[in-house]
Amino acid sequence: MTWMAWITPTVIFFAAIAALLVTLVILELFHPTEKRRGFLQLKTTRGDRVFISLLSTAFIHLFAVAVFPASIWLGSFAAVAWAILVLTWG
Amino acid sequence: MDNRVKDNRAWLGVLPVLLIVAFSGVIPLMTVVNYSFQDILDFDNRFFVGFQWYSQTLNDPRFITAFARQLLFTASILAIEIPLGIMVAKGMPRQGKKATAILLFLAVPLLIPSNVVGTIWQLFARPDIGLMGVSLNYLGWNFNYTASASQAWFTLLAMDIWHWTSLVALLSYSGLRSIPDPYYQAAELDGASHWQTFRWVELPKLKSVLIIATLLRLMDSFMIYTEPLVLTGGGPGSSTTFLSQHLATMAVGQFDLGPAAAFSVIYFLFILLFCWFFYTIVMSESD
Repeated sequence: MTWMAWITPTVIFFAAIAALLVTLVILELFHPTEKRRGFLQLKTTRGDRVFISLLSTAFIHLFAVAVFPASIWLGSFAAVAWAILVLTWG
Repeated sequence: MDNRVKDNRAWLGVLPVLLIVAFSGVIPLMTVVNYSFQDILDFDNRFFVGFQWYSQTLNDPRFITAFARQLLFTASILAIEIPLGIMVAKGMPRQGKKATAILLFLAVPLLIPSNVVGTIWQLFARPDIGLMGVSLNYLGWNFNYTASASQAWFTLLAMDIWHWTSLVALLSYSGLRSIPDPYYQAAELDGASHWQTFRWVELPKLKSVLIIATLLRLMDSFMIYTEPLVLTGGGPGSSTTFLSQHLATMAVGQFDLGPAAAFSVIYFLFILLFCWFFYTIVMSESD
């Protein structure tokens, strides 16, 4: 943890991303993904949807931080809801 | 029936590259994200600040104006360089010694390092000794790019167009050369005009190279640093200060590592968004 000035929140964040990637690999081995077209109107694989949801949650957080920095949790809730939506029906 | 055993072990050959990329790209990026949540001066003087730097950066008028300037610059050079590059490629002979000579000439600006391009244009545009500056003043335009924001922009745009239109022209030329002659013959038989041939025969065939050209120019212009720094130093005032220069001032000049890291993450996210956008277009094309 002291190496390179790591702090708990960022360690948790990157550990979650790493766990997500490992989960994707395991899922791919047992249930290979197929391209499909959801409400985003794009042909996406499971990995594509994970990337889209991660990128969009980052932007939702940026918006929340810029507009209402005191209640960032609202942004987090919106981001998680959006990510679930994209991962399931995107 | 396919009896071959599926063997993926060749992927292990990519492992060294993965390690190099991790050490040179991924871990430094993770460090930047880590710093963006801290007020950090050195290893023993650091405090967790949450999203404070992000909030501060996103509400900083200097960041917003630098971002707007960056978008304007990128949009301007794309709007000029892409059509101009196509026009240059269209005007070139299809084969022969002339074509080779023109290709060589076109490649010259691409081989010049960015700081040299900046220096060339700084001298070229000077109102006292520069060929362009003196000529424009002689023609009656009171030209001094160090004193006027609009003239600094004009010089910057001219420099970028001079430096990079060749790339678009070379890519477009390769795209045009790949169109088989029967396409042109069919268009001629149908009595298509020059414009119709371009619109319905050449442009669809050029689509993929133009996407690549636009992506390359978009990325490169969005990261532009050296040329404006050498040519105008971001001035007059801050009229030509783009994102990367503003970032360098924060990180290297003022040593504000936390805010600079938050700035970098925001900058990176926008570049990632553009890349994803183009990747999606390219992939939907190939589908």
